Amino acid sequence: MSGLGSFFLRRREAGIFVMIVIVALIVGAIEPRFLTLETARIVALAIPLILIAAMGQMMVLVARHVDLSIGSTMAFSSIVAGMMFRDLPEVPILIGVFVAIALGAALGTLNGLLVVLFRLPSIIVTLGTLSLYRGLVFLVSDARQVDPQFIPRSLISMSQTSPIFDIPWIVIIAFAVAFATYLFLGHTRVGRQIYALGSNPVAAPLRGIKVVPITLLVFTLSGALAGLAGVLYASRFGYVNPGITGVGFEFTVIAAVVVGGVSINGGVGTVLGTVLGVLLLGMVSVALPILGVSAFWQDVFNGAVIVAALLIDRAVRDRSVRALAQARSSA
Amino acid sequence: MSTSTETGAGETARTRAVDAHEAAEARPLWQVVLIRPEVMTLVLLIAAFFIASALSPFFADATFILESASFYVEYAIVALVLTLVIISGEIDLSPAALMALTACVFAWLFQAGLPIALAMGAAVVVGAAMGAFNGFLVLWCQLPSIIVTIGTLTLYRGLAQVLAGDRSIGGFPSWFIGIDWRVWLGVPVPVIVFTAIAIVLGIFLAFTVTGRQIYQIGTSPEAARHAGIRVRRIKMGLFMLLGIAAAVAGLLTASRLASVRYDMASGGELQMVLMVMLGGTYIFGGRGSIAGTYLAVWLLVVIATGMTVANIPITTQLIVMGALLIISIIATNFIYARTQR
Repeated sequence: MSGLGSFFLRRREAGIFVMIVIVALIVGAIEPRFLTLETARIVALAIPLILIAAMGQMMVLVARHVDLSIGSTMAFSSIVAGMMFRDLPEVPILIGVFVAIALGAALGTLNGLLVVLFRLPSIIVTLGTLSLYRGLVFLVSDARQVDPQFIPRSLISMSQTSPIFDIPWIVIIAFAVAFATYLFLGHTRVGRQIYALGSNPVAAPLRGIKVVPITLLVFTLSGALAGLAGVLYASRFGYVNPGITGVGFEFTVIAAVVVGGVSINGGVGTVLGTVLGVLLLGMVSVALPILGVSAFWQDVFNGAVIVAALLIDRAVRDRSVRALAQARSSA
Repeated sequence: MSTSTETGAGETARTRAVDAHEAAEARPLWQVVLIRPEVMTLVLLIAAFFIASALSPFFADATFILESASFYVEYAIVALVLTLVIISGEIDLSPAALMALTACVFAWLFQAGLPIALAMGAAVVVGAAMGAFNGFLVLWCQLPSIIVTIGTLTLYRGLAQVLAGDRSIGGFPSWFIGIDWRVWLGVPVPVIVFTAIAIVLGIFLAFTVTGRQIYQIGTSPEAARHAGIRVRRIKMGLFMLLGIAAAVAGLLTASRLASVRYDMASGGELQMVLMVMLGGTYIFGGRGSIAGTYLAVWLLVVIATGMTVANIPITTQLIVMGALLIISIIATNFIYARTQR
């Protein structure tokens, strides 16, 4: 492979960034109205929920686990918050946000507990809780939607009004979460330990890393962020429906995260890469209807992109293993 | 002096080794039988049957149970093959989406004017091809099956949506539709198909060389390869068989519903994995049986039918299914940990 190719394989963020530019230019060449500020605004509004949940999913993947239940967790937080707004209108919004995050964290902790207590594969556990939590959503809501008139005006306006540069509040919140995740993963001891645990779960405890608390932490954070995404769902879409909210959300998020270069083998992944992965997927979802392509192609694209990202990840690992072997034999 | 102590130490060590050897007596037969997870499934099945009968007098009616089984039998056919895949140490989450894709291919070709038999054949071919695609990604590209099938799950569901859009395709001839209402000797045809496949796969897994090799592959792929077992070829065969099973299940569903939509069998991956896990197959491979999955399917039918006659809403059943999945792997892992040699 040429030097340029290997550069982009190693600097995954640069590769995705180039992909974003190429896609934008191609779509812009076909349909010039794509390259406008208005489109940028639509893309920005399409990504906050995915971005927030992707930060949680990324930490789970880096720790060499996976969380399939985030769609249902998001729906649970969303419906409970929505019902609070409906049945207790005098409660401040901030309490609703807090409750949503706390409930998400609780469901995430339950996932983590099942994984660490019984040493079960996280994918099967969260496949089970995906169904279990969805059932809870129907149970608490009595299978009834929370209608738009009950969602507080001020919550909805978070998706419409902006404090600065015409950037809506929820976009700012999403990027603030991403920045906080960056600080946490890159500049705290616990954050670095998540990487250590994911790159070698056998060696990590020998280096004094506490496996159980860290595993619990990543699942709790993933749940909490899904909870935050849940209350923002109510803001963004203005309703909560037990059978619609968050269905299939986990697959979109996982697609965005693996496109962003987070390895499913744990230990590898950056916040910047994930943000770019989310951006790429969000941009494509906006570009398809502009190009007149049926929205039905969205899932095909997501699925193909997951498979492609896994193949690239595999190629990168093969190269680094070969490079390591070469370095050893020459030394 | 020193020699005698050495001999003494050597002797004690040897006696200890012999003691340890003799201490590991064979378990009594009743324990060996009772500790098998399939037996737990059978016990649960009988218990669930009595509880459901006590809850509602309408339940204990063989015709009613058989009729309500049709819905689960579609997933169950896939679950039987999935049992083999999981025993071999892999997993596949995509067959539910593949059911939808093959059914959509069938309906789309039928609508395009192809004879219905050809359209059915095409669906089966697509099933096998998509199964082979999964196998290619897992076995040749060496991607972990658990994650890659999440990708293909999304892909297959998306392709089904592209083919069928958001409308339902119907208008099939009358001989094709309503297979769940055809009975033979008082048993619905899908149940017969399911039972026949279970018997064939059960014999294949238990009594043929290839069947036993599947267990070896799941227990230790490395050792299996060194023993000259064609690991890749067998696993590839299993993935393709799973695709074919998904196509058959998709066609059965199309026949039962008399129409096809892209969201057919959505969430079915949970039911399929649940059937296999509930039947005592070990999630990490190497252990399990067709008999277990077969019993687990009936256990699920009894639980679901029992909940329906007891007026428990479908949505609550989601909670029960999710909880059952987690409880069943905890129980199976526990049983296998106790019997670890």
